[in-house]
Amino acid sequence: MSFCEQFPVGEQTSDAAGADRDERGSENSEQSIICLRCPRGCEISTTLDGYGGIVEIFGNVCKLGREYVEAEITNPLRILPTSVRVRSGERPLVPVWTPKPIPKGRLMDLARATRSIELEAPVAIGQVVIENWEGLGVDLVTSGAVRRA
Amino acid sequence: MTCDTSYDVIVIGGGPAGLAAALSARAEGNVRVLLIERNDSLGGILPQCIHNGFGAVIFGNDLPGPEYAYRYQEQVEAADIDVMLDTMVMDLTPERDLYAMNATHGYLHYRPRSIILAMGCRERTRAQIRLPGSRCSGVYTAGTVQRLVNIEGYMPGRRFLILGSGDIGMIMARRLTIEGAEVVGVLELLPFLTGLRRNFVQCLQDYNIPLHLSTTVSNIIGGQRLEAVETVKVDEELQPIPGSTERIECDSLLLSVGLIPENELSLKAGVHLDPRTGGPLVDSTMATDVPGIYAAGNVTSIYDLVDYVSKAGEVAGRHAARYALEHGTGNGNNATAGRDASKAGAMVAIRPGENVGTVIPQRVRIDTSGNEEVTLMLRPNALIERKVTVELWDGDRPIMSFRENYSRPAEMMVHTLRAKQMQALAEAHEHELTVVIQ
Amino acid sequence: MQSRDFDVVVMGAGIVGSMIARALSRYAIRVALVDRANDVGTGASCANSAILHSGHDPSPGSLKAEMNRRGNELWHDLVHELEVGHRWTGAMIIALGDEQLPGLKKLLARGTENQIPGLEIISRAEVLKREPLLTPDVSGALWTPTAGVIDPFGGTVAAAENAVTNGVSLFLNAEIHDALVSDGTLIAVQTTAGEFRARWFINALGVHADDFMHLAGDRPDFAITARRGEYFIFDPNRVQVQNVLFPMPTDKGKGILVSTTAHGNTFVGPNAEEVADKEDTTATRDGMAEILEGGRRLIPSLESRDIIAGFSGVRATGNANRDFVIEISATVGGLLNVAGIESPGYVSAPAIAERVEGLLRNAGLEMVAKNEWNPRRPARPAFKELNHEQRSDLIRRNPNYGRIVCRCENVTEGEIVDAIHSPVPARDYDAIKRRCWLGTGRCQGSFDYPRVMEILSRELDIPMTAVTKKGPGSEFLARTTKG
Ligand SMILES: Cc1cc2nc3c(=O)[nH]c(=O)nc-3n(C[C@H](O)[C@H](O)[C@H](O)COP(=O)(O)OP(=O)(O)OC[C@H]3O[C@@H](n4cnc5c(N)ncnc54)[C@H](O)[C@@H]3O)c2cc1C
Ligand SMILES: Cc1cc2nc3c(=O)[nH]c(=O)nc-3n(C[C@H](O)[C@H](O)[C@H](O)COP(=O)(O)OP(=O)(O)OC[C@H]3O[C@@H](n4cnc5c(N)ncnc54)[C@H](O)[C@@H]3O)c2cc1C
Ligand code: SF4
Repeated sequence: MSFCEQFPVGEQTSDAAGADRDERGSENSEQSIICLRCPRGCEISTTLDGYGGIVEIFGNVCKLGREYVEAEITNPLRILPTSVRVRSGERPLVPVWTPKPIPKGRLMDLARATRSIELEAPVAIGQVVIENWEGLGVDLVTSGAVRRA
Repeated sequence: MTCDTSYDVIVIGGGPAGLAAALSARAEGNVRVLLIERNDSLGGILPQCIHNGFGAVIFGNDLPGPEYAYRYQEQVEAADIDVMLDTMVMDLTPERDLYAMNATHGYLHYRPRSIILAMGCRERTRAQIRLPGSRCSGVYTAGTVQRLVNIEGYMPGRRFLILGSGDIGMIMARRLTIEGAEVVGVLELLPFLTGLRRNFVQCLQDYNIPLHLSTTVSNIIGGQRLEAVETVKVDEELQPIPGSTERIECDSLLLSVGLIPENELSLKAGVHLDPRTGGPLVDSTMATDVPGIYAAGNVTSIYDLVDYVSKAGEVAGRHAARYALEHGTGNGNNATAGRDASKAGAMVAIRPGENVGTVIPQRVRIDTSGNEEVTLMLRPNALIERKVTVELWDGDRPIMSFRENYSRPAEMMVHTLRAKQMQALAEAHEHELTVVIQ
Repeated sequence: MQSRDFDVVVMGAGIVGSMIARALSRYAIRVALVDRANDVGTGASCANSAILHSGHDPSPGSLKAEMNRRGNELWHDLVHELEVGHRWTGAMIIALGDEQLPGLKKLLARGTENQIPGLEIISRAEVLKREPLLTPDVSGALWTPTAGVIDPFGGTVAAAENAVTNGVSLFLNAEIHDALVSDGTLIAVQTTAGEFRARWFINALGVHADDFMHLAGDRPDFAITARRGEYFIFDPNRVQVQNVLFPMPTDKGKGILVSTTAHGNTFVGPNAEEVADKEDTTATRDGMAEILEGGRRLIPSLESRDIIAGFSGVRATGNANRDFVIEISATVGGLLNVAGIESPGYVSAPAIAERVEGLLRNAGLEMVAKNEWNPRRPARPAFKELNHEQRSDLIRRNPNYGRIVCRCENVTEGEIVDAIHSPVPARDYDAIKRRCWLGTGRCQGSFDYPRVMEILSRELDIPMTAVTKKGPGSEFLARTTKG
């Protein structure tokens, strides 16, 4: 993987940051994290203590931003938008998403799981396709409608 | 062909701009509104934008494109608005003669009292960026692939390279990965990302898709189908650096190299375009320079957030309806009647100055009543990664300023002019002000 | 593999092969037209300047000069018989600066010797009046009124369609890879679609005409050099020249011209670059820069940002003094070679066909005219060209014309379906593009791909994943999204 060095976005903390807390010593570090909770995409500057705790945070427009940063340094969460097949519909696919984010590491697992799903038309918007996926408390929900052909 | 003069307002295009315009026009009172859309469904490009990222400003929510569109569609269906799908507007005159056609009714002729242009945009293509190489199959624009994958249900290849770090390119990189294709990388000619950073994080970084800045395609290789792409690094003048060529095996090349407002009809109607935006020159009521013709959304300039497209549509709809109500009692043609009335009230032009690429609207109609707010949308053309001030200059005198955290060409700056700022504009000496970023 | 028997097999369905097939379709003989591509006219005939030259330029006395003059004459009727898009614009050869003025006199003398009607040297003021966008350096021009521009795809398709309607059998996807010579006579060719036997074989294989000669054991000394020419087309909303404008010719050729197409777009090109691979129609960075610069010498206001499309074609330059070769082989029986047909091959094609007809007759092929021969090929409706009333009528008769597929060029579903079910059926995206001009406007097909794929899949009754850009191997789609 070769991300371009010139790119000025700060490193995003990957996966479970807690694991290597002790190795990091106790110096404060600064991070800039782009909030993905809404399309504004605030760039939030965060100062962390040596143990991953938030010392200072600014740049977020709303409180969701703080929540996001907290999750990002412990367990990054992401929304998955994709689609599933529709039988006897006017269109072959209906868009679906997870209105609530799931752990970043599980994105592709859920993506794969959706590939074999087929709904029967008509499909309504907001219809739950998978409830509480793998006990994570997140549903897969349609974000569009498909009429019967 | 008989001419139907019964409509007050006709909206061309059923995307977010057109939907919002139709709704707000209808809400102005006893106004007959017709919405004409060439696709078989409403929503414009939103039905194919199945990712979330829509609605933060208007709904305070992060919605997928189809759901954002659906909220407006529902309202349009519930309102007393006529909608014609599968119908394309073919011709438009300055007198507002509008010709449309579809398979069921054939050719149709309308003359409404006002018109809203909401035709959106189209993608720049391979020829426009003069990509050299073979003319094999496997080279697509990103929006076409988005349509194929999300609406038609087909994957155009297995191993993709993407040219252009705009939002559509990055979003499609993730989308194709989610559907099991391999995306070998995203190339960007410029030394910086051209799309939104959030998309870099959630579409490329999260899925381990490399971004190569200052890199472009130098050759397209393949007989019948694409086999490989040669890439080259470029220097500050964007010229290829000798010896930096690399060969990347792939069966598909996606181009995400920009959007152009769709203005064939606007030109036919005699509307003047701003060479910077590629769209009609509009004032703060979204009126073009042809009386009774309004414009909103990507047809005026490429927006990055749909919420502001809807807002512009709302403004256009409201004023188009008012224009129709003021000018249209009879059934006749009253194109010329409007010219003076529509110019009533003072106007100041806002010209992009230092570090500013485009401004929408290009002219502000002075209204100090406090009833009208004007949203100024600025597209910076310089990347400045520190706090900047946006200033409005009246000759050699700055008359107002705003703070911004940075200036990035990928993100429009939005500033609302309220009563106080309107007053400042009203007191300006010059007819043309300059907006700069410092 | 299947073997088929004909009186004449025309090899290569470019403009030359198609015109020959059409000429022979007049007679009660069995004619096959064979090409390796998925459509007719995919070689040089679809990527050239498409100028119906008057014939002022070729060396007097050459076969080129004779074919060009006669071809131009024939096209004046043919464009009506075959209903091909064209405009008789005339052409100007532009002199820049005083030093080029004497050259005009020489050109005039040469053209007069070639018996070209109406040639005239016109003044700087007159030239600028006719083409205000020209550079102020212009000093005068040679005006040649009989030149014109044609829709190059339409011409080949029309000729082939007319041939097929008159009984010629067309075989596509039939790549010729072997020649069967027995006792010094060519008796059969082997193709990927089977064997073809015939009394006469016409070699109209464009850049590959020499390869076939060598395969059959004919003229090892003759060789074709492939010379590529690149072009750009400009957004008609941004630039529009009204004329066909040539620079002064040099030893290398006619130079980089700026011209209007039959459809009214402006284009510039070609350069001339020798390529090792005869199929090499790639666009190159250097070539693109060269033609833009060349075009700007005539029209300084050409801007690269107004370019909407590019294409390139390969000339088949023969080494027989660069003249056309149109002759019955001296060594191999049953073989007639039409080779080295570089520019002005397009305009010459009907004259070449006439000559081939004569050669075969003289060689003893019995050619009895058919009563039922119909020289006319009616054009299919082109929606864009119709007025509001005509469009309305058309949609009433067939609702498919009420659905626009290509929004830049206003091409309708009706026209696409027509093209798919025409005498020379369009079976891939590019074939539809060549017939209907779809995807040739500003959006370059980016919008119409999905719709055209659907229509092709439906009308040809093939899966979406089998729809191609230009024949087998160029499929658009790999699999279904969830597949
Ligand atoms: C890939 C992509 C991703 C995006 N992601 C985001 C995002 O995450 N968040 C966000 O806020 N915004 C996003 N946007 C931007 C947003 O979608 C657009 O700004 C918005 O859709 C523009 O709306 P519009 O109504 O101006 O145009 P469109 O949505 O393009 O609608 C124009 C409509 O007009 C119709 N039309 C055109 N010509 C005619 C004619 N002659 N007759 C009849 N009908 C006609 C078209 O068919 C179309 O339906 C994205 C855009 C794209 C392309
Ligand atoms: C850049 C350029 C500009 C030109 N400008 C002009 C102009 O302005 N005016 C003008 O009159 N002329 C012009 N010409 C010349 C003109 O285009 C050609 O002379 C003419 O198209 C030649 O037609 P053709 O049928 O001989 O060759 P082609 O069109 O090349 O046809 C040859 C056919 O043979 C087929 N073929 C090849 N090998 C095989 C095989 N092994 N088996 C089966 N089929 C095979 C090919 O598929 C092809 O369809 C120009 C040419 C070029 C390249
Ligand atoms: S901090 Fe709030 S406003 Fe900013 S991006 Fe996050 S959710 Fe949106």
